[in-house]
Amino acid sequence: MSRKPRLTYCNGRGRMEPVRWLLAAAGVEFEENFLETREQYEKLIKDGVLMFQQVPLVEIDGMKMVQTRAILSYIAGKYNLYGKDLKERALIDMYVEGITDLMQMILTFPFSPPEAKEKNLDSIKERATNRYFPVFEKVLKQHGQEFLVGNKFSWADVQLIEAILAVEEKIPAVLLGFPQLQAFKIRMSNMPTIKKFLQPGSPRKPPPDEHYIETVLKIFKK
Amino acid sequence: MSGKPKLHYFNGRGRMESIRWLLAAAGVEFEECFLETKDDLTKLQKDGSLLFQQVPMVEIDGMKMVQSRAIGNYIAMKYNLYGKDLKERALIDMYVEAATDLNELLMAHTFQPADKKEQHFATIVDKATNRYFPVYEKVLKDQGQDFLVGNRFSRADVQLLETLLMAEECKPDILARFPLLQSFKARISNIPTIKKFLQPGSQRKPPLQEKDVPRVMKIFH
Repeated sequence: MSRKPRLTYCNGRGRMEPVRWLLAAAGVEFEENFLETREQYEKLIKDGVLMFQQVPLVEIDGMKMVQTRAILSYIAGKYNLYGKDLKERALIDMYVEGITDLMQMILTFPFSPPEAKEKNLDSIKERATNRYFPVFEKVLKQHGQEFLVGNKFSWADVQLIEAILAVEEKIPAVLLGFPQLQAFKIRMSNMPTIKKFLQPGSPRKPPPDEHYIETVLKIFKK
Repeated sequence: MSGKPKLHYFNGRGRMESIRWLLAAAGVEFEECFLETKDDLTKLQKDGSLLFQQVPMVEIDGMKMVQSRAIGNYIAMKYNLYGKDLKERALIDMYVEAATDLNELLMAHTFQPADKKEQHFATIVDKATNRYFPVYEKVLKDQGQDFLVGNRFSRADVQLLETLLMAEECKPDILARFPLLQSFKARISNIPTIKKFLQPGSQRKPPLQEKDVPRVMKIFH
């Protein structure tokens, strides 16, 4: 019996969003268990369900997987989104890790104090336009292919489209000067599984709002 | 042309140490090129060697690899330290990621301002002894095997040993309540490649001293 993967996290993006993206891109349906109270979280810990007392948790193929990167690597491997050999995997890993560093800035942004927000936004813009986006613009320009690695859809493409959209939410004109990325964005958005994920009613979560921030602080306060 | 991997980083542990451990455990000789000044970093950035303008960077098999996890993944796969299938890899990844979290906490200690050091130390001890070590102790207990995953030496064992030793540097009796981690430590330390790496004169780096912090910060800031 094949059960759907079950995701346990708060009802918001956070560290689980890349997992939702990857499963959706792979065309895999999943269930979600939303943490709303600290009691729920403490019960999960007490029940021994969270290996290191942390979420994200993804129940998949009989495993209770934790650690976002471990989860994502497993999904990518299972659904053939991890390249055809070691060297393609190396490229995918490098690209994903770089993008994850950029996404980390977006992840922590809502939790920064009000007086730091403008500076943090500037940092996100600076890093996106000077460090990360130029790399992928160049990769796409040099090989002229549709996808980042090996002329085939991979985890790297999913991670990049997620990041582009997330940065654009904060800095709408960020892709000015990146024609390859503009075309990439349109191309990826039109892939059937991704198109479906981008439609209202999908498991994709909205950007963090006050309620989400409050919930996270309440559940995970030390 | 030597063909040996070439590591670019400053002369200290930081984000390169886990890679040194992994190469050493796999019995792979490597060369090191140390960044000593900000100019050294700038030069590498300017000549396009650093994909995201950052080190660690490892020249290996014709690639200039960056991002320590990507590098670690490549080395682990290449030298068969990554399990036999997807599920073993999943376990290895979970164990390595968690140990890496603890590693980062340990390494951050040297950089804490004086008024935060005591609190930070308490956090390290709490997390190590209540969150992380019990998991590995239980894995070893439940399986009764020499290694963490699949009854075979893997990257998870290397990472755990590195982390256990760093934790002990922080608090020498930190393994007191964990007999299986103590025997694990002894066992893995005796594996020939690791034993060699643990001897003086190897490429293993010492812990960063507080007096060296300004020098290191100057390279990167």
